[in-house]
Amino acid sequence: MNAAVVMRLDLKGLSCPLPIVKTAKAMKTLAPGELVEVVATDPGSVPDFKAWSQATGNPLVESDAQDGVYRFVLKKKEM
Amino acid sequence: MSVEMLERTDVAAPKPQVQDKLTIFAWSGELDKIWPTLILATTGAAMGKETTIFFTFWGLFPLVKNDVRITGENWMQKMLSMMNRGGDEHLKLTKMNFIGAGPAMMGHLAREHHVASPHELMEIAKDLGVHLVPCQMTMDLMGLKKEDLIDGLEEPAGATKALADAQGGMTLFI
Repeated sequence: MNAAVVMRLDLKGLSCPLPIVKTAKAMKTLAPGELVEVVATDPGSVPDFKAWSQATGNPLVESDAQDGVYRFVLKKKEM
Repeated sequence: MSVEMLERTDVAAPKPQVQDKLTIFAWSGELDKIWPTLILATTGAAMGKETTIFFTFWGLFPLVKNDVRITGENWMQKMLSMMNRGGDEHLKLTKMNFIGAGPAMMGHLAREHHVASPHELMEIAKDLGVHLVPCQMTMDLMGLKKEDLIDGLEEPAGATKALADAQGGMTLFI
């Protein structure tokens, strides 16, 4: 099943802890199973998003980097 | 005395409701200690943890409103606030303070690197539902009144409430 990305967050330029804080807040508005795509430029966001996903149970579906821009796709966990 | 073994009835054991909690005891009032305190608290809340900051001793001064200059009732408390201005926009560094030049440069660097200031993080913490609890005893000792402190704080409390809230969770003393 291919869930659609329902939200895009551009968090380029922001430093720790804002990328996680803003993503967590935005994801509260999503329904379970919905996807959010986040782009950030903070290199620390790579381990942070992985850890946040593991700690909160919201799966990190995709994670890649290109030209200093880090892209993450997170799925809102099922209740 | 006799012991009678009764047949066990299958009662579903209640799942221990261990709440994922983070409690930070903010003892220090300097910029370079309040900053990570607020970074960790907002991150904890973003991770879904029930997060509390218990502000005590020097940690209480960043909660003073930025436009409140002198606090306290007697000369000692007033002198204390003279020497140690409250407010999250008047914080000093633990090292390289240089009569305020250090914090000013730190603020400049933070803006350049888009790092949220303690003031912004305090607002984010409130927005995320972080419990901000001032220590009643320190307020009395230092002569700080509720009206001297910023809005959005919880009722001042004591060590027992702080420890009871922290029980079973992650605790940090900064």
